[in-house]
Amino acid sequence: MPRFLLALLIGLLALAGPACGDDDDESAAQNTPTAEAADACAPDQLALKTPGTLTVGTDKPAFAPYFEDDDPSNGKGFESALAYAVADKLGLGDNVKWTVVPFNASYAPGPKEFDFDINQVSISEKRAERVDFSVPYYTAPQAVVALKSSSAADASSLADLAGAKFGVQVGTTSLDAVNELIKPTTQPQVFNDSNDTVRALKTRRVEAIVVDLPTAFYLTAAEIPDAKIAGQFDAPGGDDWGLVLEKDSELTPCVNQALEELKSSGELQQITDKWMGGQAGAPELQ
Amino acid sequence: MLVLGLIVTAIVTSEGWPNVRETFFSPDDFADAFPDVLEGFWLDVKLFLVVEAAVLVLGLVVALARISRNPALFPLRLLAAVFVDVLRGVPTILVVYLIGFGVPALMLSGLPTDPVVLGGIALTLAYSAYVGEVYRAGIESVHPSQRSAALAVGLTEGQALRHVVLPQAVRRVAPPLLNDFISLQKDVALVSILGPLEAFRVAQIEAASNFVYTPLVAAALLYLCVTVPLARLLDRWERSRRR
Repeated sequence: MPRFLLALLIGLLALAGPACGDDDDESAAQNTPTAEAADACAPDQLALKTPGTLTVGTDKPAFAPYFEDDDPSNGKGFESALAYAVADKLGLGDNVKWTVVPFNASYAPGPKEFDFDINQVSISEKRAERVDFSVPYYTAPQAVVALKSSSAADASSLADLAGAKFGVQVGTTSLDAVNELIKPTTQPQVFNDSNDTVRALKTRRVEAIVVDLPTAFYLTAAEIPDAKIAGQFDAPGGDDWGLVLEKDSELTPCVNQALEELKSSGELQQITDKWMGGQAGAPELQ
Repeated sequence: MLVLGLIVTAIVTSEGWPNVRETFFSPDDFADAFPDVLEGFWLDVKLFLVVEAAVLVLGLVVALARISRNPALFPLRLLAAVFVDVLRGVPTILVVYLIGFGVPALMLSGLPTDPVVLGGIALTLAYSAYVGEVYRAGIESVHPSQRSAALAVGLTEGQALRHVVLPQAVRRVAPPLLNDFISLQKDVALVSILGPLEAFRVAQIEAASNFVYTPLVAAALLYLCVTVPLARLLDRWERSRRR
């Protein structure tokens, strides 16, 4: 027994030990590209998982309008096109290797299997304590997709939606949007992935779902003809999407530099317009 | 014990430990998440109690159907055998998924569409298959002479089963039955795939919104709070039986 206690004590001490010395290297996380960084961002200097190749993660199924045909490597769709544009700016040409990273695995502690993950991930302060985010590459309003037969389809304000039965995907900012802005009287149902969420709407398990606006346009046009976009609104705290990188990754400044270049040259706008265009016309909900 | 100490030491002195501790064992995140997860866990407990009662009954029905001897009941025997084979042979998560998304898709009026009800039905079916087999093993372990003796003193077939065979059978299989219930208590988390906000799903939501895993640890502790006392109860029961 005393031996056991000793072992336990050693364990506890070691547990408490690292807690005292607070790490002070965290402030280095948010440096912006500088002249110094520019050199470090030469193609042969990049801190890549596989030298010469950009390893990019995203979830499966990869769905429109961010990807097409569940195949990120075809360069079609907003995020696929953007990833190739970033690779090109980093001087890697089209040497991009795609890897499947479920959303819930993208923020696991420890070394990551990707250089960056592109998966409509919203930037938040809390999340940024665990991973590095790139600068935002898109800002998405939230949208309510409601069955045409339900009263939610005719809502003209967020308050009109409080009585509806909602479905949302787990881990999305859409859930916060529902809980904080719509405050439905029936508890929203939360599903594993986008497929299950859409299926719940199709089978009338829920009357409305909340997704980001580009997804809403795709769904109503292609997947659920019985549904319409009741309206759009801004997510609480905004909804900027960023690329996810390993915490304190040396690659972050380089990726940011590439994104800034894509922004100032207008290429990001072109990619956005090409794949996410035609979003005018959804009424704003207050 | 020394080995255990060494393992713990190796883990907590590893390079990734500060990161793991922050992500999995942050007291702040724990305190934030716990009340919500606890609320979700209440749904688990309620669902567990209802499903357990239903499983005890349906499992017995399945077992009785399988051991019936009357030639006229052959279709019933066949049905029970197929029921057990199919529901025991399919992963529980698939049963929950197929029933939860399949039944509402039929759009028949009168069928339940509430995800908790559907999930409960799916779990009841899956666990009745297991528990039915446990009952059957118990009933078959009662020596045939018991039944013959009961019939000889003038009891009917039904009375012999009810008063002589079943009481002995159930007492014998109580430990494996409880074992299945501990398993059921964990598996109620599977209902989360249908949408209800039970403990695991609530924890997952909190985890995803802050990129931490501590809420999941909180949920795990809550499950332990129920399953460990159940297991101890089982131990005690067995010990008292042996005496």
